Amino acid sequence: MNHLHRLFRITQVDRPVLLAITRRLSSKVPTEPTWKEVDESKLPNPTKIDQDTIAHLERLALVDFANKEGIRRLEAAIRFADQMFLVDTTGVEPMDSVLEDRELYLRDDVVTEGNCKDDILRNAGKVVEDYFVAPPGNIPLPKKEEYDS
Amino acid sequence: MCRSKHHGGRPESSLTFLTTFLAQFNFPRVFSMLGLTLKETARLLSEGKTTAAELCAACVARAKQVQELNVFITETYNTAGQQAADSTLRHRQGNRLHVLDGIPVTIKDAFSTAGVRTTCASRILRDYVPPYNATMVQRLVDRGAVLLGKTNMDEFAMGALGSDTGGSVRNPASYCGVVGLKPTYGLLSRHGLIPLVNSLDVPGIFTRCVDDAAIMLGALAGHDPKDSTTVSDTFQPFSLPEDIDITRLHVGIPKEYHAPHLSAETLNTWQRAADLLEDAGARVSQVSLPHTPYSIVCYSVLCAAEVASNMARYDGLEFGHRGSDHSSTEALYAQTRHEGFNDVVRGRILAGNYFLLKRHYDHYFIQAQRIRRLIANDFRKVFEGGVDILLTPTTLSPARSYRWFVQEDNRTRTEQEDVFTQPVNLAGIPAVNVPVALSEDGLPIGLQLIGQSFQEKTLLTVAKWLEQQVNFPHLQLPEH
Repeated sequence: MNHLHRLFRITQVDRPVLLAITRRLSSKVPTEPTWKEVDESKLPNPTKIDQDTIAHLERLALVDFANKEGIRRLEAAIRFADQMFLVDTTGVEPMDSVLEDRELYLRDDVVTEGNCKDDILRNAGKVVEDYFVAPPGNIPLPKKEEYDS
Repeated sequence: MCRSKHHGGRPESSLTFLTTFLAQFNFPRVFSMLGLTLKETARLLSEGKTTAAELCAACVARAKQVQELNVFITETYNTAGQQAADSTLRHRQGNRLHVLDGIPVTIKDAFSTAGVRTTCASRILRDYVPPYNATMVQRLVDRGAVLLGKTNMDEFAMGALGSDTGGSVRNPASYCGVVGLKPTYGLLSRHGLIPLVNSLDVPGIFTRCVDDAAIMLGALAGHDPKDSTTVSDTFQPFSLPEDIDITRLHVGIPKEYHAPHLSAETLNTWQRAADLLEDAGARVSQVSLPHTPYSIVCYSVLCAAEVASNMARYDGLEFGHRGSDHSSTEALYAQTRHEGFNDVVRGRILAGNYFLLKRHYDHYFIQAQRIRRLIANDFRKVFEGGVDILLTPTTLSPARSYRWFVQEDNRTRTEQEDVFTQPVNLAGIPAVNVPVALSEDGLPIGLQLIGQSFQEKTLLTVAKWLEQQVNFPHLQLPEH
C-alpha cells in the first residue's frame, strides 16, 4: 500500500478554523452523555431458541443457521430488540411509511414497456421453451441434526 | 481499505491560480483536474480548457493506479470512453446537455445498469445483468455523465456507498472527509435500486463540496412514474448563494446525540461548530429528541423484517445464482440461498422471520413501528417549535481500524456505527454530512445537519455556510 500514500497527501491550507475559535462557556452541547446503555435487569429474561423454533425458522426463511454461532447471533438480536419493551407505546399508531399523509401515485394500467421477454428470460439459469424451470414441489425439507459448536 | 481513501477538493477561488500556476510548469493538466470539484470541472469543460475524453482518460489512469483499493466491482472503461467521446463532440458543437455532460461518475453496484452486471456485492447476483437502467442511472446518462464503473459495497448495501438505509452515505462520507447527502424519502426514485429496506432506502449523493451535491440533486430529483413512492410535487433545481446570512437561523442541538462512547475529538468538533454558529449570530438552542436511545433498536427490528421479506425473491429460478440440488423446489431454494448469501444477510433474514412469526408480530414488529412513529414525532415537534436545522455528530468517532471492527460481529458494529444516522431514515427527513475537522491522527471528522422534509435547499445552504467557515483540509492529488 506504500505507493498509495504517495498518491494522496494532505495539504494543510491554514490552521483549521474550528481550533482557532474561542469556546463559549455555555455551549449548547452537553458535556456529558445524556443517557446510558440500558440496564439489563429491567429487561425480560433472555430468549433461548429451542430446536423446534430453529427448524421452523429454517423452513420459513429457506436459509440455515449454519452453526451454533448463527443461533447465538439470533439470540443476541432478540436480546437487543427486547429493549423496545422499555418504551411506553400505549395509544401510539404503528407507522408503515413516512408518506402516509400523501396519496399514492397510480399510473394508468397500460403497457408502456413490453416485448422484453428475451431480456427477462436471459437471466434465468434454466428455461425450457419460455418457461422458468423448478424442481418438483410440495416435498418438505429433510429433518436435520442439531447444530454442534 | 477504501474507508481511508480521501478525495481532494479545492476552494473555487484557487482555480484560476491553479491553472495559471500549472501552465508555467507545463504539467499535464489532466492530473491536476482530478482534484477539482464537479462545478470547477464543468467550467473547464464548458470553456474548452479540457475535454470529456481527456478527463475520462485521466480518471481511468488514476483508477488503475489505485486498483488494489478494490473500489470497483465492475469497471466500464470502454463504454465510458465512448460516452466521453460523444460528450466531447457535443461540447465542440455547443450542444452541452447539462452541467453534468462529460463529468465522470461512479455508481454503487446496488443500482441496476442495462447490460452491465449488477451484483449488489452478493454471490446470489454474481452474474445478473439487468435489462434496464435504474431511474437514477438513466437520469445521469440522459444528462451526459460518463459512467466509470460500479463501486464496491457491503453485501446488499449493508454499510457502503450511494444509497442510504440507515447511514450508508453519511457514515462513510464522514470517515472519508467528503459531503454525503441523504435526501428526503420520496424525492429521489428507487426504481432499479435493489431494495434492502423499502420504507427506509433512499439514493444518496457523495461529492467533494456542498455546491456539487446541489448540482447532483438538481439532476436526479423529481417524480418518477416507475416509483410510486416518489412524490409528485414538482422539484425546482436550485443553486446555493455565496453570501449566506445565518442570523435568522434557529439551530437545534439534540442533547441525546451526546451518546455513550462519543469520542472526545468528535464531541469537541461538535461543540466548536455549535459555538461557531452562535458566534455568527444564529440562534442555537439545546433541544430534546427523547426516543433517540431506542431508535437503533427499532431500526434493527424493522430492517431485519423488511430484509427477510425482500430477500424472499432470491430463489434461483428467474435470475441470480442457482444451486444444483434439484431433488425438490425447497431443497433448491435452500441450497441457492445458503450459497448465495453471506452470514450477515442470512442472520438478518432469520431474525426478521423470528420477529414476524405470528406469536411475535405484535410484540416485536408492531412495537417497532410504534416506536418509529415516536421518533418521527420527536423530530416533528422540534421543527414545529421553530427550529430550522439540527446539528449533530455523524459518527461516534473518526474511522476505526479493521482490527477494531472485527472484534465484534457485524450486527453489533452496525448498532454502534449507525446510532446517529438511522433516526433520520426512520423519520424520512433529509440530512447531510459536512467534513469539518481532522483528528489528531489526521482522520476526517464530519458533522451531520438534519433538515425538514423537502427542505433540501435550506439544509444545503447551512451546510455550505459551515463548509465555508471550517476550511477543511482536503487531500490533494499531486500534479505529477
